[in-house]
Formats: sequence, structure tokens, C-alpha cells
Amino acid sequence: MTDEDGATCVLEVVLAAGSAAVRRALARVRRALMQCGLPEEACGRSEIVLAEALNNIVEHAYAGCAGGEIRLRLEVSASQIAVTLTDRGRALRGLDLPAGRRPDLDLSCDALPEGGFGWFLIRELSESLEYSRRDGCNFLTLRLPRRSPDLSG
Amino acid sequence: MDLGSHHCGDINIITVKEARIDASVAIRFKDAMREMTLGGPAQIILDLAQVRFIDSSGLGAIVASMKQLPTGHRLDLAGLTADVDKVFRLTRMDSIFAIHDSAEMAVRRAAG
Repeated sequence: MTDEDGATCVLEVVLAAGSAAVRRALARVRRALMQCGLPEEACGRSEIVLAEALNNIVEHAYAGCAGGEIRLRLEVSASQIAVTLTDRGRALRGLDLPAGRRPDLDLSCDALPEGGFGWFLIRELSESLEYSRRDGCNFLTLRLPRRSPDLSG
Repeated sequence: MDLGSHHCGDINIITVKEARIDASVAIRFKDAMREMTLGGPAQIILDLAQVRFIDSSGLGAIVASMKQLPTGHRLDLAGLTADVDKVFRLTRMDSIFAIHDSAEMAVRRAAG
């Protein structure tokens, strides 16, 4: 299926909201991206972003609720990798995407953060993010460039 | 969580024998690290050469493994593959840990 921007849907999957199913889905995404001829670097970036987004849905949107499902749709175009995730869990707080600042590490060893890196990694590696809430569902679309961005900053 | 430990002189080399440290194994990883670092040498090298992927839960578990060490113990990392290195660099965690190209090089450096 190809639209006018040349984006092709290369994978559509519904997965259970659990860490084992997330692992299996990420393996399928990686295979699909490799079959599209994307370089290892882009596959790795995509897997990091998607792992964090899926973990957030499992741990926060569906926190403690069994039986949740996530729909994942992966599209690849000439310039972009786009993933849309849909779930029926809790909405993001304030119906807005978290700021995702890099956690401060200028601390003593005992005080170093063990979490809070998820949204930072998503924002750092994505080109654009869109979130909306409709009919009791969360829709999150993440877009990554096919080419490696400058990560030196 | 499959971890192996062997002592090389005064150094405890812990090898992660799995391809991923992610949300599904983060707690087990931290618990296994506690077991393998209790009562052993103060210098620990975590060999990540077989790990292809880490997420923020896995990163947090490595930080937690360092924080739970007995006083005076030190945890270095070795053998970061491309995607693992990317997560450490982006989060600046590469400034918290000493990172060696390989466990062998870390041992050689420690031996002076």
C-alpha cells in the first residue's frame, strides 16, 4: 500500500501490552526495516525509540491493567520511518507529550537517576512526534529520519 | 538472566550472555548483579560485548547495580556495541562510568 508521499506500510501488528510481547514486536520491526534496506544505524535508532514508546504504554497507559492491546503500524518512505501506536489505556497527563529533558547527572552516586530517560531518548532520536486522544484511544505517531542525524550535541 | 562471572586477579569480570537488557529482564539483571558482586573483588568489569540492545530500563538497572555495590567497590563497563553505546552517549551516562573497548583491555589497563 503506497500513498502519494511514497510511504509504504511495511508492518501492522496488534500486540499484548506486556514486556515479552514488546520484545517480539521489536524483533519484527527490526526485520521489516532491514528488509526495506535500511542501514543498521537507522534500525537501531528506530528500535530504541519504539522500545521506549511501547514501554511507556505498558507501564503508564495500561499500568496495572491486564488485557491491554497496542496496535503498531510501521511505514517507510524515501526520507522517513513513521510508526503510529494506538492504545486504549490512560491518556497522557494534560493530553500533552512530556518535555523529556535529559535527567541531571551532576549528582552523588547514591542520587543518580535510574529512570526518566525514556521520553528524552524518544525526543532526541525522533524528527517529529504527534499525540492525540480520540474515542478513548491514544494515538502516537513518531517520525524518524532515514539518514543519521548529528548526535554529537 | 544469564550472567557469568570469573575472577582475573583482583578483578571480577561479569559477562552478560544475552543479547538484550530491557524492561522484561531489568529487575532480574539487577538481582543477578547483586549476587555476583557480593563478597567478590572491589574492581568489577561488566562485559557487554554480547549485548546488542539496551533500553532505558536496562540502563537504569546498570545504574542501580552500581548504586547497590558495597562501599569502595567500582563498576566499569566494557565492549559496548553500537546501539548500546548510543544510549550511553545520548544520556551522558558515558560520563558516569569508565568505559573500555573490551574486557581484555580493561584488565590490561588495571594491571598497569
